[in-house]
Amino acid sequence: MATTLTPPQVTAPAPTPAAPQVVAPRPVTPAYHGFTSWLTTIDHKRIGILYGTTAAVFFLVGGVEALMIRMQLAVPNNGFVSADAFNQLFTMHGTTMIFLVIMPMSVAFFNFIVPLQIGARDVAFPRLNAFSYWAFLFGALFMNMSYFVSGLPDGGWFGYAPLTTRTYSPTERIDFWLLGLQLLGVASLAGAFNFLVTIINMRCPGMSLMRMPVFSWNTLVTSFLLILAFPAITVALILLMFDRYFGTNFYYAPNGGDPLLWQHLFWIFGHPEVYILILPAMGMVSEILPVYSHKPLFGYPFVVYATVAIGFIGFGVWSHHMFTVGLGPIANSFFAASTMLIAVPTGVKIFNWLGTLWGGSIRFNTAMLFAVGFVSMFTIGGLSGVMHASVPIDLQHQDSYFVVAHFHYVLFGGSILGLFGGIYHWWPKITGRLLDEKLGRLNFWLMLIGFNITFGLMHFLGVDGMPRRIYTYSPNQGWSGWFGLDWLGWNMLITIGAFLIAVSVAVFIYNVFWSLRHGEIAGNDPWDGATLEWSIPSPPPAYNFAVEPTVRSRDAFWALKRRWQAVEVGEHHGHLTMAGMPTGEVEFEEAHSSEEAHRAPVDVSSIHMPNPSFFPLIAALGLTCMLAGFVFGFGLSIAGAIYLIVAIGGWALEPTS
Amino acid sequence: MHDAQAAPLGRHAAPPAHPGYTTTGLDHRKMLMWLFLGSDCMFFGSLIGTYLAYRGRSLSGPTPHDVFDIPYTSVSAFVLLMSSLTMVLALAAIQHGDKRRLQIWLITTALLGMTFLGGQFYEFTTFYDEGLSLQVNLFGSSFFTLTGFHGAHVAGGVFWLLYLTAASIFDRLNPEASLYVEIAGLYWHFVDVVWIVIFTVVYLVPV
Repeated sequence: MATTLTPPQVTAPAPTPAAPQVVAPRPVTPAYHGFTSWLTTIDHKRIGILYGTTAAVFFLVGGVEALMIRMQLAVPNNGFVSADAFNQLFTMHGTTMIFLVIMPMSVAFFNFIVPLQIGARDVAFPRLNAFSYWAFLFGALFMNMSYFVSGLPDGGWFGYAPLTTRTYSPTERIDFWLLGLQLLGVASLAGAFNFLVTIINMRCPGMSLMRMPVFSWNTLVTSFLLILAFPAITVALILLMFDRYFGTNFYYAPNGGDPLLWQHLFWIFGHPEVYILILPAMGMVSEILPVYSHKPLFGYPFVVYATVAIGFIGFGVWSHHMFTVGLGPIANSFFAASTMLIAVPTGVKIFNWLGTLWGGSIRFNTAMLFAVGFVSMFTIGGLSGVMHASVPIDLQHQDSYFVVAHFHYVLFGGSILGLFGGIYHWWPKITGRLLDEKLGRLNFWLMLIGFNITFGLMHFLGVDGMPRRIYTYSPNQGWSGWFGLDWLGWNMLITIGAFLIAVSVAVFIYNVFWSLRHGEIAGNDPWDGATLEWSIPSPPPAYNFAVEPTVRSRDAFWALKRRWQAVEVGEHHGHLTMAGMPTGEVEFEEAHSSEEAHRAPVDVSSIHMPNPSFFPLIAALGLTCMLAGFVFGFGLSIAGAIYLIVAIGGWALEPTS
Repeated sequence: MHDAQAAPLGRHAAPPAHPGYTTTGLDHRKMLMWLFLGSDCMFFGSLIGTYLAYRGRSLSGPTPHDVFDIPYTSVSAFVLLMSSLTMVLALAAIQHGDKRRLQIWLITTALLGMTFLGGQFYEFTTFYDEGLSLQVNLFGSSFFTLTGFHGAHVAGGVFWLLYLTAASIFDRLNPEASLYVEIAGLYWHFVDVVWIVIFTVVYLVPV
């Protein structure tokens, strides 16, 4: 019997009857060609590609900022950039990498992969999803537009409040930063609500929560963190905005305003944010390790519960960012204890990843290299993190390069390596072509070595006493100058390491463009994947699944391929070994067709998909104008508000078919 | 006509594979509202926390004791609470297919909300005349910001109710679409509950 899962051709849906026109001619058929189709798309896969591409561009922007920082610091008393420019560079390097790179790159994978993993045709609110992307893009552009008006924001990525009030930051730089961040917050919230409803409510039949792929689990927990953590920074930024524009006293010390208010509000957001950055990468690694080890994830329930535990405890550790404030011994002890506690679920995950590798038949291709790199580098970052849980040690490390080393080990060695692993793993699903393995290996090793030179050495520099955020230093402080050479020292080596990372990224970029033209055609399932996204063509058709899949166990696609049709999940799961099991499409088709034999072949043209829409783009533009008016004049705000209201009206009244 | 118009408002949801099927049985939009309210809890939690952190820490007057008129605000709080009752009656009306009562109770709810907002406007102007402004001290900054954002939420709810009323009058809100009234009701009740917290923390608990 012919399989119904890989239909040969996507038939264009029948044109829909003309709908009442609201503002502009509406795009009524899903177009998959041309520029306009990207502006109006509400397909989660295309939005994922938009998110990923934008994040990749900002990765280069943030990377160039990092290289400029390193060029300035390579030798003592350097004049490559001014002190003012240096402040702008480190502020925007941090802000860009966190909000414009790691978060949106993770969201790109949420968008592309999660609906496929849970067997859904789209997300729950496709237009809200598109709105999320456009708000993100405009927020990012708006924030960087500051460069052309009064210079880039310069208050540090956590923008401590008395410094960022009008008194100490009179120019518009901080306005761009805080308004841009508000827009990015709206984008993140819209995305997170969407993924929560999608994951809770749109799983295919049989996909209970405890059968759900771990990446989708991490998306779920991350989205909860987003919707519960972002309101705190929204309020912090609103209060700052009121202080700057309306003369309120929230952060104004002469009238009793307390700098601690910003710190608490910011870090109540800021620490969950750390887990928002790392959990998606952890989810990717939890998908990659089993596939290339040919073994199911070791201790799946423990990994899931550990993820949830990290989500909960992550809200109770924020004041470890504030040990030097002097909150008193009780508060410090509490937050020291909770910070040590959160290392437990994290450690559980690390041991489960090791257990997954143990006894597996391991393929060390690029995605696997990055995943193993993630586990080892993240462990190093985690260990220095536990060191900071100890208050007396933290008091010594605060504001030194040791802290810079620590958070780059978790954010670069963790998140970025994990994301690269995810890119190498899912690239064939997204584009239909494989990335080159040789270039991939070169990319990985250059990056790993460059990364360890850059940030490993910062540990030593930090305990040697070099503070963060200084734009230069004198030659006789021991941070430069070995063998009688002025320029050769810790800082020069670190700069060389940073350029090594840049070379590895260049290799990656070459690999991407090479693959898009010449990459080997991937087929549906190049890695013998475990989850549903590998059961459909690469790239997937607009409707994802011709037949809604039915799931009977964890690692559903493996189970199908191996004829594991265990009725009850978990009974035999741990005892069977994957190694040596037959693989291949034929096997799968048989298994599948016997299961789906009662279903008639599906006419894919009958699958109803929602129409594209201009309104998400218009609404995001209106919201951006509303906020931009605070810098460019309130006339723009009013115009933006009208624009937004029109867009919301059109959105609500727009028929979907 | 009615089939095509079964869900004329807010068709935001992607079509599921089987019409109406969701994993939990809960409609996407209703779940979205619950999640939004969870997020909004953290928003108001942060604002209320800010107010509490600055309570009694103003360096100059006016203080809450100087400006508050508890009986007056109690009346407007009562008005807002009663609007929750009429909201429930509106939902009951649409579930029973009683269009006329639906419109009456929706309008009543909106009017009670507007009464509350009018009361807040009067209160704000009175306080301002008595010397309390956004800028004068910490109390002014945190009080106006907290209650102002609550008022903005009520105002949003009033527009939503009026929109639903109009939709009903123009025959675009059928009994099958009671979900839309239910979701608006969730929001409205939440805004009421938040006011109970604000009223207690800001007005009733002595400094």
